[in-house]
Amino acid sequence: MYIRIKKNFRICLDFEKLTERIKANPKIKSMKNIIGQYISTIRAAAKCKTPLFICGGGSKDFYGNNINRDDHDILSAAAYTGIVDYDPTELVVTARAGTSLSDLEAELQKNNQMLGFEPPHFGPEATLGGCIASGLSGPRRSFVGAARDFVLGVRMLDGNGSNLHFGGQVMKNVAGYDISRLMTGSMGTLGLLLEVSIKVLPIPPIELTLRMQMKETAAIEKMNQWAGKPLPITATCFYENNLTLRLSGAESAVCAARTKLGGELISDGPAFWNVIREQTHTFFQSGSSLWRLSLKSNTPPLRLPGQQLIEWGGALRWLVCSSEDINTNENIVRSKSSLADGNATLFRSNWKSDSVFHPTGSQMTKIYQRIKQKFDPAGIFNPGRMYREL
Amino acid sequence: MHPIELVSNLRNFLPPDSVLYETEDLKPYECDGLSAYRQIPMIVVIPQTEEEVIRILRICHASKTPVVARGAGTGLSGGALPHAKGVLLSLTKLKKILEVDPITRTARVQPGVRNLAISEFAMMHGLYYAPDPSSQIACSIGGNIAENSGGVHCLKYGLTVHNILKLRVITIEGECLEIGGTCLDTPGYDLLALITGSEGMLGIVTEVTVKLLPIPEKAQVVMAAFDDIQKAANAVANVIGAGIIPAGMEMMDKLATHAVEKYVHTGYNLEAEAILLCESDGTEEEVADEIQRINEIMKKNSAIDIKTSNNETERLKFWAGRKAAFPAAGRISPDYYCMDGTIPRRNLAHVLIGIEKLSVEYGLRCMNVFHAGDGNLHPLILYDANQPGELKRTEEFGAKILEMCIQVGGTITGEHGVGIEKINQMCSQFETKELEIFHAVKSAFDPDGLLNPGKAVPSLRRCAEHGAMHVHQNQEKFPDLPRF
Repeated sequence: MYIRIKKNFRICLDFEKLTERIKANPKIKSMKNIIGQYISTIRAAAKCKTPLFICGGGSKDFYGNNINRDDHDILSAAAYTGIVDYDPTELVVTARAGTSLSDLEAELQKNNQMLGFEPPHFGPEATLGGCIASGLSGPRRSFVGAARDFVLGVRMLDGNGSNLHFGGQVMKNVAGYDISRLMTGSMGTLGLLLEVSIKVLPIPPIELTLRMQMKETAAIEKMNQWAGKPLPITATCFYENNLTLRLSGAESAVCAARTKLGGELISDGPAFWNVIREQTHTFFQSGSSLWRLSLKSNTPPLRLPGQQLIEWGGALRWLVCSSEDINTNENIVRSKSSLADGNATLFRSNWKSDSVFHPTGSQMTKIYQRIKQKFDPAGIFNPGRMYREL
Repeated sequence: MHPIELVSNLRNFLPPDSVLYETEDLKPYECDGLSAYRQIPMIVVIPQTEEEVIRILRICHASKTPVVARGAGTGLSGGALPHAKGVLLSLTKLKKILEVDPITRTARVQPGVRNLAISEFAMMHGLYYAPDPSSQIACSIGGNIAENSGGVHCLKYGLTVHNILKLRVITIEGECLEIGGTCLDTPGYDLLALITGSEGMLGIVTEVTVKLLPIPEKAQVVMAAFDDIQKAANAVANVIGAGIIPAGMEMMDKLATHAVEKYVHTGYNLEAEAILLCESDGTEEEVADEIQRINEIMKKNSAIDIKTSNNETERLKFWAGRKAAFPAAGRISPDYYCMDGTIPRRNLAHVLIGIEKLSVEYGLRCMNVFHAGDGNLHPLILYDANQPGELKRTEEFGAKILEMCIQVGGTITGEHGVGIEKINQMCSQFETKELEIFHAVKSAFDPDGLLNPGKAVPSLRRCAEHGAMHVHQNQEKFPDLPRF
């Protein structure tokens, strides 16, 4: 962790050592002190217009535009940890942004609850803050909702170092604009998340995974058809002529749906969904760039260079490409996605890109810029990580 | 711009009956569902196309004329209260269902389409639109976007923000923004969430793409009576704690039960301090399983009376009492004042006891009906506006309730919106710096502050007065609409 003391003078603090120091010294341990440190870092950076690279556990550092980190000071958000409030019967958990995502999920699991959007971790060091700032959701997304759907409230620091609280710990709240959801997926460009309140869901009594062989066209058709029926499907994945489904719910309902749908029962279902969620499945390991295509769910099979894996009932298509002609690929992928009423993100790549997200129109950019300007007047939070203009 | 010049500019491209400026024509637009606040607008404009909306907004922008958007006018917080020197933009003629796609389970509709009309249209495909605000037979989807409307089923199925995919929004400058998409994720800031619930302050919605869900195979409701409000609150917590997300979970206190029983004869237990309605929906198997578990939980929490609906008629009968709570309040009191705070559920008994104490302190009766599943309270303070000082006491009582909601970590409005009604309570809920962020968001979309000025977010100077929903002699603006 680097903290800039004066311009061009940095001291390097080993993060583990800092953590030890925090443990040894209850005064430093005080979470209030950590916020105080964040505020001074932000104010100092704003004064010198030094860009800050907000970093939680670093598990999603790969995500977003390539930026020159040497120009940035790192604002480590991992120190501010702990569950602030969790009452299972409220279906809401409030935790500090640096809280480890695994720890949080483990705590929920003790009470038979979970994060409904099944967020990918992409590493054991993943934090809640990074999860919400990236706004990524896993296999359950198209059936129960995305990260943004579960966020109820945030506490954050803006570009002036002001400690702000929006939303709350209740399901229904229409007081003020929905800043909590605006922060979700904003890639840290609007402020530093301190605390997040999230709606949680009960873990379904039983889950089972079915697999059936079919061609891509038929699979897309089936996924859409089933989504229109009252069936307890909570995940779908099509890869190499295999359609895999997850059913969740009361035992009687899941068993009845299994009889209706047919297919072969997969014994290691949870493991399968985990490798899809965490992208440790061999598919994601092949190729040199991974595109994420968010499309209208019934988009027919897309002919694109590389291999594809389909999730979310047809609405999410992963494309693995080799590096031969990245520019041609980009043009084809983007234009085909646009034609399918969707968008494409260069999710991971060996090639460094400064435009990984699908371009938006100039009017939208104008609004984004105005919002960014108000939250972060000095332009210090993750500049360029989402769009160059922000 | 002089009103006459403005009217003439608007009439250049709009038919005469789409530009109203005579007082008698303007009168019907003077208020929305919150009739205590009234204001005749300068001009009412009723466009029929998006192109007309764009031209109207460009003219208003150029002439710096305030614009207040209005849907069906059923809102309960005065969000569509006109501006004396502004244009009231009625979107009721934009009422086409443009497309229903049963394959992708979406419907593309214009903002003036009624909430229920979407479900009625989608029914042929076995689909429906989930958010069901109590005014759904009349309220428009555009208004639902403005208020982020919920309904009885939102604990399980979410609010408007969870059930829409894409919006076409016209900015005050007359530019068209396409926000969201028919795909599930779009890059960039979540403007879809920002617009939803923004009370017409950021832009004018001209097209909405909503998600449709498969109609559940079955729905069944358990009605349980308790001799103690804490026991009922515990039962609610235990249902959730058991991993059940009920399709609806509603509670009524004794005063409410007695008021509705006299009115609709539902068969509620009149000995009960609290009545709980807990609904399960889904597949046949799922519902059978859940209903059995809900019954067990009610028994464990010492319910004095438990009934389960055996058929659709019975299910609707159990619900009828709950849905009649507002008109029933009007029958037992000359006036009532409706609050809309939301609290973390664990504080339910604490807040209800607090309300009871306040009720004694202020010498005013208060009946409680609420969405227990999500902690959204609707205390109805019963008063008589003809008794000197009673309204003032009522308003103070109401403000104390909202303060209590904030104190226990809740919010001043769960679903009715801030509008003009709760503008002052916003000052209690938010700090200056947070309000400044709201103003900043507003100015990102509408730098001149022309869209619905004076609503939803108080100016920093304003934080002083009080406002509320007043219903005199049960004369609601839409007395036939259920309010629950």
